[in-house]
Amino acid sequence: MMGGGGVGGGLLENANPLIYERSGERPVTAGEEDEQVPDSIDAREIFDLIRSINDPEHPLTLEELNVVEQVRVQVSDPESTVAVAFTPTIPHCSMATLIGLSIKVKLLRSLPQRFKMDVHITPGTHASEHAVNKQLADKERVAAALENTHLLEVVNQCLSARS
Amino acid sequence: MAAAATVETAALTGALWGLVQDFVMGQQEGPADQVAADVKSGSYTVLQVVEALGSSLENPEPRTRARGIQLLSQVLLQCHSLLLEKEVVHLILFYENRLKDHHLVIPSVLQGLRALSLCVALPSGLAVSVLKAIFQEVHVQSLPQVDRHTVYSIITNFMQTREEELKGLGADFTFGFIQVMDGEKDPRNLLVAFRIVHDLISRDYSLGPFVEELFEVTSCYFPIDFTPPPNDPHGIQREDLILSLRAVLASTPRFAEFLLPLLIEKVDSEILSAKLDSLQTLNACCAGYGQKELKDFLPSLWSSIRREVFQTASERVEAEGLAALHSLTACLSRSVLRADAEDLLDSFLSNILQDCRHHLCEPDMKLVWPSAKLLQAAAGASARAYDHITSNVLPLLLEQFHKHSQSNQRRTILEMILGFLKLQQKWSYEDKDQRPLSGFKDQLCSLVFMALTDPSTQLQLVGIRTLTVLGAQPDLLSSGDLELAVGHLYRLSFLEEDSQSCRVAALEASGTLATLYPVAFSSYLVPKLAEELHIGESDLTRGDGPTKCSRHLCCMQALSAVSTHPSIVKETLPLLLQHLWQVNKGNMVAQSSEVIAVCQSLQQVAEKCQQDLESCWYFHQTAIPCLLALAVQASMPEKEPSVLRKVLLEDDVLAAMVSVIGTATTHLSPELAAQSVACIVPLFLDGNVSFLPENSFPSRFQPFQDGPSGQRRLVALLMAFVCSLPRNVEIPQLNQLMRELLELSCCQSCPFSSTAAAKCFAGLLNKHPAGQQLDEFLQLAGDKMEAGLGSGPYRSQAFTLLLWVTKALVLRYHPLSSCLTARLMGLLSDPELGPAAADGFSLLMSDCTDVLTRAGHAEVRIMFRQRFFTDNVPTLVQGFHAAPQDVKPNYLKGLSHVLNRLPKPVLLPELPTLLSLLLEALSCPDSVVQLSTLSCLQPLLLEAPQVMSLHVDTLVTKFLNLSSSPSMAVRIAALQCMHALTRLPTPVLLPYKPQVIRALAKPLDDKKRLVRKEAVSARGEWFLLGSPGS
Repeated sequence: MMGGGGVGGGLLENANPLIYERSGERPVTAGEEDEQVPDSIDAREIFDLIRSINDPEHPLTLEELNVVEQVRVQVSDPESTVAVAFTPTIPHCSMATLIGLSIKVKLLRSLPQRFKMDVHITPGTHASEHAVNKQLADKERVAAALENTHLLEVVNQCLSARS
Repeated sequence: MAAAATVETAALTGALWGLVQDFVMGQQEGPADQVAADVKSGSYTVLQVVEALGSSLENPEPRTRARGIQLLSQVLLQCHSLLLEKEVVHLILFYENRLKDHHLVIPSVLQGLRALSLCVALPSGLAVSVLKAIFQEVHVQSLPQVDRHTVYSIITNFMQTREEELKGLGADFTFGFIQVMDGEKDPRNLLVAFRIVHDLISRDYSLGPFVEELFEVTSCYFPIDFTPPPNDPHGIQREDLILSLRAVLASTPRFAEFLLPLLIEKVDSEILSAKLDSLQTLNACCAGYGQKELKDFLPSLWSSIRREVFQTASERVEAEGLAALHSLTACLSRSVLRADAEDLLDSFLSNILQDCRHHLCEPDMKLVWPSAKLLQAAAGASARAYDHITSNVLPLLLEQFHKHSQSNQRRTILEMILGFLKLQQKWSYEDKDQRPLSGFKDQLCSLVFMALTDPSTQLQLVGIRTLTVLGAQPDLLSSGDLELAVGHLYRLSFLEEDSQSCRVAALEASGTLATLYPVAFSSYLVPKLAEELHIGESDLTRGDGPTKCSRHLCCMQALSAVSTHPSIVKETLPLLLQHLWQVNKGNMVAQSSEVIAVCQSLQQVAEKCQQDLESCWYFHQTAIPCLLALAVQASMPEKEPSVLRKVLLEDDVLAAMVSVIGTATTHLSPELAAQSVACIVPLFLDGNVSFLPENSFPSRFQPFQDGPSGQRRLVALLMAFVCSLPRNVEIPQLNQLMRELLELSCCQSCPFSSTAAAKCFAGLLNKHPAGQQLDEFLQLAGDKMEAGLGSGPYRSQAFTLLLWVTKALVLRYHPLSSCLTARLMGLLSDPELGPAAADGFSLLMSDCTDVLTRAGHAEVRIMFRQRFFTDNVPTLVQGFHAAPQDVKPNYLKGLSHVLNRLPKPVLLPELPTLLSLLLEALSCPDSVVQLSTLSCLQPLLLEAPQVMSLHVDTLVTKFLNLSSSPSMAVRIAALQCMHALTRLPTPVLLPYKPQVIRALAKPLDDKKRLVRKEAVSARGEWFLLGSPGS
């Protein structure tokens, strides 16, 4: 269902993309070091989870390509909801589904089960926005995609720490 | 007599015959060594061995002949040094002849020739003859590996000893060798063969018309693709082969026309290792090549390197690409040209500029940095290349800076400019006007000043770094520029909380530039800081306390930061000390934090003075009497106790003064230190205050008598001084001093004073030369401790003394240390002192900051931790097993402290014996033990996964349990261990994967963010285990 080809070798779709600065490590506050104070899950924490995901094409992170931004993360810890909007670098980017899938898998692996998560394309930034959103929202299709060895391999590469 | 000799000879010959028979016909191996030993001992000659062999050597059955020759060869291998020239000639003839024999015989023949090739008595001409015979008669590549190796050894041996002779063979030798190695497949043999080819080339053997053949026969292995088999006993690594082949390929420019196309082809391939190897080989080649070799290939080389740097996903490929470009440019710059030849450097650089220039104008795009790096790699290769590139690029970048208005774009551009400026430092220019930067100076300065006033911290930071680099260029900046620069640095030194990084960078830059331009900083910066510091001192009424304080703090930090030049120290130190007096005079609200801040600044100044003897003495002589006078003043009894003055006696204020005094003392020369010690010791022992400034005190200073308790606290300052002195400085009244210290260490005073006295005593003990006096001091200390430890009010003081004395002796390997350590271990089961004794092990193993330091000239043997470990851990382990349940945690804690401080390479071999104890320690309820054990296990998981994987079951269970510990630090450490577990071999872990992933879902919802962060990374790694793409 999801096209994951075109990785490695061959010409890049967008060889010289705009790149953005990486935000630094989140500074540790006194409150975070205090045993008693609970720290709620906030937008920055979610953003930290996904900003270092590797782009399937470039040796760059989603943050450096501005595919994900902290302002496009909505989170409510008490209501256990997360919504992440991501912006493909070009409107015809064939990697959009794969990027969305990587974000989704990263959140599934990193957030408590109580969270309901929604990963979608920033409105108006991709030619087949609705089709992609529909695929990402469909639990069964996501699960089926991860059964596909080739797709899982690409997703894992996106999620591996950079060597 | 004669008859007896004959009988004996006959008996010997008979024995030899027997041995030969046993070897040849009886197929036993032992006799060969026996025969060799007998020949060596002179019982019979080689000739007799040959005679005894006689018929076997001519036997029609090839197996028997082989066996016979084998025996002879083995004897020769051990006895070749005994051979006479005549014997060698005959043996060579025999062996050469045998090369024509049956193939079963050949291995033994080659062994014999190898033995003969080692022979010193080999007459000239025979080496060539042997080699010719081998080249002619033996088809080397159809022999087994061992025998091929023998052939290479024969050649190597001859090349080492008969070089001239072999060269006489001309290109025939090269050709012969090419045929020998053609088709070689074994890595062991290849290493030797590559070595031979390298020697052929580097020792200038004639290659004749066979250059291309020689290249073909070696380059066919490029790039090396070899993975050593698991458990390979030969230990040959892929890297060994790569390096030795590279040495061959890069060894001569004559290979260039064949090699360069090959390298280009392999860089263009899809295989990462091939790319890396090719780029590295190209890099190596450039050392020996010139323009002539590179000429035809430059366009292709450039386009391959450019593509790799622009598009690669691997940082290593990028780095190697840049390094290769650097070497290529260096090579082109170096070549000597004929007058009429075209200089390829210019056209090559123009090519690079043409391909990269336009990307520099797009500071947001991905290719901007790769382009800048390529240009910088080329520019860094030579002064000529630098001039060519910067004269093109700098004007462009300066223009681009003004064209782009966003801070982040400007930052990228300035950062590229900075990169080019830094490269300039590699070359010195004789003539000022020749320096390529002179023409751009004004533009660069105005650019930097724009950056320094920009609201973006990131741009400011790059601006500060650029300013430092510009300042480092001799004679570049004018005094007007410097005044402006100092003004900016002054402003940046007072930046608010949220731009700390910028303030720190500005301070650092001030320090660097102040060493180069002391006058500018003395005249423009120091007076401004002095003024700023005075504002608060005189004005008590102003209500803006906190801001004033933070401005003071910035001021003092700036003062210490610029104290990098002796002339500046003479201005800044009085300012800081004066400020301290003002605080003490009570003109302002004195807080301990303010005093500590002054001390920290003083400490930094002291550190900067250490390298310069004169400054060091100036600082010592000025600051130390002043600090002591202030402290003595504060310790005087008063009718109305003033809160202000007591600030100076607080623990952390004294600690800050201790580190100033220590730092100001360690680097003194022994003569000057002796001057100082003659004043300071009498001050404490006799109350002699004459050397202190403003010394009219209301009463006597008697810290060791029953004076006010405040005075006793100042023993810490005495400790800071005497424990930092060089070892050869004699301390006056030492005997009395030691007794007083011992007395104070065990009296009922505040713990601060008694601990200071114990540390001071220990510090002096550590440095005291062995001998009667030392033994006396130890005796006194021993008595004092035993008396105190027995029972009564001084137990804890006596324990502290024991701890410090033990440490002093452990550090210097004193024989008594084992005794004291045993005493300490005994206290682990003491109901009262047990926990303190356990923590004491941490003190024994760690480095102190104030006493017993290497910087303070203490005697610290480098291996003391290892030694302490070896001597004491078995006892600790035993003690643990024998101890009653309620004190077991003390032993575990002590052990954890020892293990934690031990260098990991030392710990690894001990692991199997200790691991079970560590695993037990994980179940210990004490969170300190848990934490310490986890932090001990974590690196072991990374470094010794094989050993640890035997315990995977326990580890998984215990780590998961601890990941829900009430202590946050333990939860974090446990999750880090869960992460480290993923380094174990995947097959061991896979059975646990589902369970672990389920269990790690819980800490994902931990209330602490720092715990969640570790849980996320651990769980992420577990997901990747055994999954495709990881």
